[in-house]
Amino acid sequence: MDYRFTVEQEAFRKEFADWLAKQIPKGFDPSKRNYYDDDEWKAAYQKFQKSLFEGGYAAMHYEKEYGGQGKTMMEQVIVQQTIATTCGELSMPGGITMGMALPTIHSCCTEAQKREHIPKILDGTYIWCQGFSEPNAGSDVANCATRAVRKNGDYIIDGQKTWTSFAHMADWCILLVRTDPSVAKHKGLSYLLVNMKTPGIEVRPMVQLTEEAEFNEVFFDNVKVPVENRVGEEGQGWMIAITTLMFERTIGDAIMGPMYERNYKRLVDLAKSTLREGKPVIENPVIRQQLAQAYIETMVLKYHGLRNLSKTLKGGIPGPEGSIGKLLWSEPNQRITENALNMQGLNSQVMRGSPWTIQDGNWQYSYLRAKGNTIEAGSSEIQRNIIGERCLLLPKDSSREARRK
Amino acid sequence: MDINLNEDQVEMMRQARRFCENETPMTFVREMFEDERGFTDDLWNKMVEMGWTAMLIPEQYGGLGMQMTDLMLVLMEHGRAVVPSPLFSTVLLGAEAIIAAGSDAQKEKYLTAIAEGSMRGTLALHEPGSGANPGYIQMEARKDGDGFILSGTKLFVTDAHAADFIVCPARTKAGIDPADGITLFIVDAKAPGVAISQLPVIDRTRKLCAIEFKNVKVGKDGILGEANKGWSPLCKVIRKACVGLAAECIGAAEKAMEIAIEYAKVRVQFDQPIGSFQAIKHRCAQMYVEVESGRSLLYYAAWAQDNTDEQEAAIAASAAKVLCTETGKNVAGSAIQVLGGIGFSWEHEIHFYLKRTKASELAFGDTLYHREQVVSLTT
Ligand SMILES: Cc1cc2nc3c(=O)[nH]c(=O)nc-3n(C[C@H](O)[C@H](O)[C@H](O)COP(=O)(O)OP(=O)(O)OC[C@H]3O[C@@H](n4cnc5c(N)ncnc54)[C@H](O)[C@@H]3O)c2cc1C
Repeated sequence: MDYRFTVEQEAFRKEFADWLAKQIPKGFDPSKRNYYDDDEWKAAYQKFQKSLFEGGYAAMHYEKEYGGQGKTMMEQVIVQQTIATTCGELSMPGGITMGMALPTIHSCCTEAQKREHIPKILDGTYIWCQGFSEPNAGSDVANCATRAVRKNGDYIIDGQKTWTSFAHMADWCILLVRTDPSVAKHKGLSYLLVNMKTPGIEVRPMVQLTEEAEFNEVFFDNVKVPVENRVGEEGQGWMIAITTLMFERTIGDAIMGPMYERNYKRLVDLAKSTLREGKPVIENPVIRQQLAQAYIETMVLKYHGLRNLSKTLKGGIPGPEGSIGKLLWSEPNQRITENALNMQGLNSQVMRGSPWTIQDGNWQYSYLRAKGNTIEAGSSEIQRNIIGERCLLLPKDSSREARRK
Repeated sequence: MDINLNEDQVEMMRQARRFCENETPMTFVREMFEDERGFTDDLWNKMVEMGWTAMLIPEQYGGLGMQMTDLMLVLMEHGRAVVPSPLFSTVLLGAEAIIAAGSDAQKEKYLTAIAEGSMRGTLALHEPGSGANPGYIQMEARKDGDGFILSGTKLFVTDAHAADFIVCPARTKAGIDPADGITLFIVDAKAPGVAISQLPVIDRTRKLCAIEFKNVKVGKDGILGEANKGWSPLCKVIRKACVGLAAECIGAAEKAMEIAIEYAKVRVQFDQPIGSFQAIKHRCAQMYVEVESGRSLLYYAAWAQDNTDEQEAAIAASAAKVLCTETGKNVAGSAIQVLGGIGFSWEHEIHFYLKRTKASELAFGDTLYHREQVVSLTT
């Protein structure tokens, strides 16, 4: 058992951090949230990703023929960790692209598809979105009703997706569609790679409770997608979607620990600089216990992530126990951000833009945004179902079982 | 970075599990719960044969020179079986105090004997009025020629009734700062003036004692480490003890979870196995989340004891103590709920898991204390 990275890996971390510091755009403040409008944000992401690619730091662990660097997963982990803790916002529009679309394409696509898509992802040309959820297919992803009918060399798509993050910026979409309504619901699905510029696609931004519009409704009306854009066989969509979702749940393994460590430092700064009855709140024994718990949960996240990563390094694709990691970042984030507001007393209501705002309204935003954490990427209830049924092999609920038959 | 167990470690765990299945089945645990002494010579000798008393002792004193991660694996198995024995107190309290502060002569005398199984020791830390703060040490040691005279009361001393020697921190200088004025002493358990009595505690698979010291003379050779500077080595001992308890709690939680899951698959109500009800399924899933994430922190904390600086080792030990003992207690409690009426019965073994983990939560600093440690070391 060894938690240390090797001397060479640490040297690489330093080399990359030094290089990264020079890429950060003017005016970008790594100590707080940076606000961009959508066009600026996409452009900043593309520029950043392009510089990573040109600098030789994109997909360290992928083969050279796809634009990767031919190194190991450890170098990739180091790159991800360093970005997450210095300029995470710059890479955020590419979160789904890098965390879900890319590994799915890399592990499930044909040689031709890989050569077409992977380099354009790595050099920042294209952003991808994930079209799984629909009005009647949320937790029950397999209830997907968006239809794809085969006509000559194309699929004709009609239907609607919802909660599609970054669709308004996206160039491509990983889309789950129903190709055969006559068979059991998990069996009639297919998985397509869809160019978002195709005629018939309409994206309508939806405002979230944070007052921003990060996700969208996406409508498909007679949209033509070439059959070559299918991933795997017709009818295999569910298996491939599960692969994507497993990658989604384990996105956090490498980066969430270091990110929460950085957040803990911010929380401590807040506790030291915020007054209650004229004294820094860090002197309050209740707040101290809460801070300690935040640190403990941060450590759990970090070391559980590393342990998972260590297993993945040996064994390949993550399994259902990845659901633990999803719970370990989403649920504590709600407690930690709530504690941050508690420290601020009445001022905790003040959003960005007032002299009475504390730390530029970062915690107000984070508190609200964290409410989505236990819903997105599979709700906490769904994660516990997965753990109960796939890891612990507890019996399925009888009504659900009956409906399946 | 590689956090997988190696083959030797996996084998060591397998052997420990087999040992516990054969030597300490629940019938034995029940007997020992009621028994005054709480273990047998036969069990002790077999543990010694397994090499468990020698694991952390340096090779030059007849030990195996292994790391905390190795002992952790054995203790997880002991937690699974709620093993009753003075192994924890001897290797993590008595021996570690000598390792942390002893002179060569003291190490030669005590460690060699512990490694070969001919001596047992413990640590008399807590005092009346300390709550659960191990730094609150007020018992006085008066200078007496070359040596000292100890008078006062120590409470919750693990396995003192079975110990040959007791490491006892006491004040050699008045004050409240533990870092200044505490000296460690080695006291012979049979010395005149030492009166040991067992406390009727909730968890009697691990005996806790009160010790009255009445004018107990300790010679020069009984002074352990530097005078007035006993707190720093003591902290080292407490740290490893905390990791040891955390390991036991993860083992206990894992077993309690398995008991609950197994039952949830076979117990039928309303024509279905109760494990198909989401209220039960999610409870079990939560147990798994806590056990596995607790294990992740535990592994790191054990590793940190031998491979990082003091501050990081202290943070990790306190964090693991808080998290893993709470996990143990929560999972055992939750398992009782899954079991229903049978879980509340004396006849079912689950209550031993609750009792042991709840006791571990309190020992060597409770969660209030260790959270305060974490925050003061990270801000
Ligand atoms: C910020 C954010 C970003 C998102 N981005 C994307 C995206 O980019 N692409 C995409 O495809 N989707 C995205 N989603 C959608 C997300 O995946 C769904 O919201 C989620 O799967 C839940 O589906 P739902 O909203 O329909 O809720 P429902 O499935 O209707 O769930 C409502 C409640 O019922 C519970 N529930 C449902 N089924 C069960 C069950 N079997 N057992 C117990 N409880 C159950 C849920 O846990 C939840 O509490 C995003 C969501 C959010 C909040």
